Amino acid sequence: MNYFPDEVLEHVFDFITSHKDRNSVSLVCKSWYKIERCSRQRVFIGNCYSISPERLIARFPGLKSLTLKGKPHFADFNLVPHDWGGFVYPWIKALAKSRIGLEELRLKRMVVSDESLELLSKSFVNFKSLVLVSCEGFTTDGLAAIAANCRFLRELDLQENEVDDHRGHWLSCFPESCTSLISLNFACLRGEVNLGALERLVSRSPNLKSLRLNRAVPLDTLQKLLMRAPQLVDLGIGSYVHDPFSEVYNKLKIAIQRCKSIRSLSGFLEVAPHCMSAIYPIFGNLTFLNLSYAPGLHGNKLMKLIQHCRKLQRLWILDCIGDKGLGVVALTCKELQELRVFPSDPFGAGNAAVTEEGLVLVSAGCPKLNSLLYFCQQMTNAALITVAKNCPNFIRFRLCILDPIKPDPVTNQPLDEGFGAIVQSCKGLKRLSLSGLLTDQVFLYIGMYAEQLEMLSIAFAADSDKGMLYVLNGCKKLRKLEIRDCPFGDAALLEDVGKYETMRSLWMSSCEVTLGGCKSVAEKMPSLNVEIIDECEQMEFNLDDKQKVDKMYLYRTLVGHRKDAPEYVLIL
Amino acid sequence: MSSENGKRLLETDAGGLNFEATELTLGLPGEPRVTSDGGAKLGSKRGFSETVDLKLGDNNQEVKLGHSLQEAAKSPVSKTQVVGWPPVRGFARRGKKSCKYVKVAVDGAPYLRKVDLEIYNSYQQLLTSLEDMFSCFTIRNYLNEKKIDQVNGIEYMPTYEDKDGDWMLVGDVPWQMFVESCKRLRLMKSSEAVGLGLKTAPKYSSTN
Repeated sequence: MNYFPDEVLEHVFDFITSHKDRNSVSLVCKSWYKIERCSRQRVFIGNCYSISPERLIARFPGLKSLTLKGKPHFADFNLVPHDWGGFVYPWIKALAKSRIGLEELRLKRMVVSDESLELLSKSFVNFKSLVLVSCEGFTTDGLAAIAANCRFLRELDLQENEVDDHRGHWLSCFPESCTSLISLNFACLRGEVNLGALERLVSRSPNLKSLRLNRAVPLDTLQKLLMRAPQLVDLGIGSYVHDPFSEVYNKLKIAIQRCKSIRSLSGFLEVAPHCMSAIYPIFGNLTFLNLSYAPGLHGNKLMKLIQHCRKLQRLWILDCIGDKGLGVVALTCKELQELRVFPSDPFGAGNAAVTEEGLVLVSAGCPKLNSLLYFCQQMTNAALITVAKNCPNFIRFRLCILDPIKPDPVTNQPLDEGFGAIVQSCKGLKRLSLSGLLTDQVFLYIGMYAEQLEMLSIAFAADSDKGMLYVLNGCKKLRKLEIRDCPFGDAALLEDVGKYETMRSLWMSSCEVTLGGCKSVAEKMPSLNVEIIDECEQMEFNLDDKQKVDKMYLYRTLVGHRKDAPEYVLIL
Repeated sequence: MSSENGKRLLETDAGGLNFEATELTLGLPGEPRVTSDGGAKLGSKRGFSETVDLKLGDNNQEVKLGHSLQEAAKSPVSKTQVVGWPPVRGFARRGKKSCKYVKVAVDGAPYLRKVDLEIYNSYQQLLTSLEDMFSCFTIRNYLNEKKIDQVNGIEYMPTYEDKDGDWMLVGDVPWQMFVESCKRLRLMKSSEAVGLGLKTAPKYSSTN
């Protein structure tokens, strides 16, 4: 190996693209470490507090693309206060000061200020791609800065962010000279947009492949946009409300005929179900369909639509599709790999329209199914066992029974055996979310069989510490463990603290761990940050070690305690 | 019927229905999603009758909800009281339209209010919010007084006009269905409702 000049090795390393593989390569020897780090362009940081921007810059001078994740996953469900952390500004500031030629920034669950966006837009001449997922803290003014200053912008992709919408003018900030857009997604914005500016922008973007509109874009604008961009591959429809006998409807039909490349369809933030026939022609070619924002589509109309989708690989839908509708999916979508069924009435009186029956039907009809997110009214062990037999290829299996401790309604038993069958059969399972009535037994199965498991979400389950211990001892590849409302205490937490260094993070809320237990972990493992999130300020006057901790989040880090935590976060 | 009798009626019924059997203990919670008294009761979910205690009209009289509302809303309420469950992203307001403002009239009040039904997830939240809205109104009648004396209760029945123009009792149908069909709300004085036979016989909805 010493005989190869560096350039040859570098060339070879160019073919190694996965983060894991590149990380492994860098560990082989000093010279490989050096070559790898100088040639690395893409870096993924799963927890922004595990490393500092300065160390990132020092190690990877050739950095072009950075992915950062901030808040823990349970922040999605209001379990983490908004100002807990995950601020991107320090990263952008450090990168701006350095010589890094940043071209792409991808952020998830981070706090992004307008100031950050402005600094970003002015600091990197070749900046091309901004992807923000589940972020917050910015307004459309920040977007205006990006539009105005990033001369070679190719991608602006906003997914499910909380944006303060100052209405509309940001789109006009794209200069006439900007013709490089490939992807534009502003579906999550709630305000008006300048429709004329949008039309002009699309007209001068010949490479535009992905366009996702917000609710404020009406149908006649959509029709005009499609006429100008028949090359689109991914379309997100904003508002789909119109009169089926109108001029616009006819024009839309014509425009759709020209769009032969659309493979992915989403949006329908407002929809008139009787007008779907105009877009039937594209359903036959779709590989991804997201109707999860369209509660107005259900019953026979929805089923008729699904029957066109023979090539579908990923389907995101609301539970008003019903078991019957899932039966239609099972008959039609033989290529289906991923299914997500969301609740249309999550806080409602138990009128959820899918049960274990729908899932069994899909598992029987769609043998390629490998990824599931399923919100349902109930589940049985028998159904889970059948699903496990039909689909041994699950990589992601997330089941959410709306009543979190509901047993099998037929046998009144816990769902241990059902989930046990899933982990035993699906040898490649990487992500699992449990719900329903569950005892320690299910965790015994998980520890025994889920050898590839990387992420596990547990809520309202188990009888004792044994449950958590089975998982920590058994799942060698575990990276993220998030637990809420389970009877796990200090004994489980402290059994093997070294394990947490092999993981990205552990979240425990409303469990039985005490302040003393958490302190003990922090003492024994200086490489972990152990955070206590104490919003009610119970800990302020009473630092009794025996006190139970409401929310604990611990994660491995190379840079010690963070300095930006709010007052109610205690870092031990 | 005086508030004294009304209150006693409810307590007996509450005992008879054995709410305790339906209470689930969840371990240490964070703050529950909805509270009408601002406090979190640790360790257990609260029954509906404890949580909602409307105070409308003059002198902070207690308003008792129609009994059928308690029954119908019992199970959905327990779901809404757990923070972060079901694990649906707050952002993803699937199933919601932009907003739905309806007028709210209270018998005896000189002006109406408007509420956006879309911001609530349950009957409990709506009625709690109405309580805040109208207790403010009555407080202002007694200019400098912060404290309101409890006098005889005037009972109010929450009713609404639906798409067909009929006046319905709030609480019989699932929440989402109510939101879609409600055109306006009226808190009707029970003295008017007596003739309709709504208050007397407790209704047990067949779908609990």
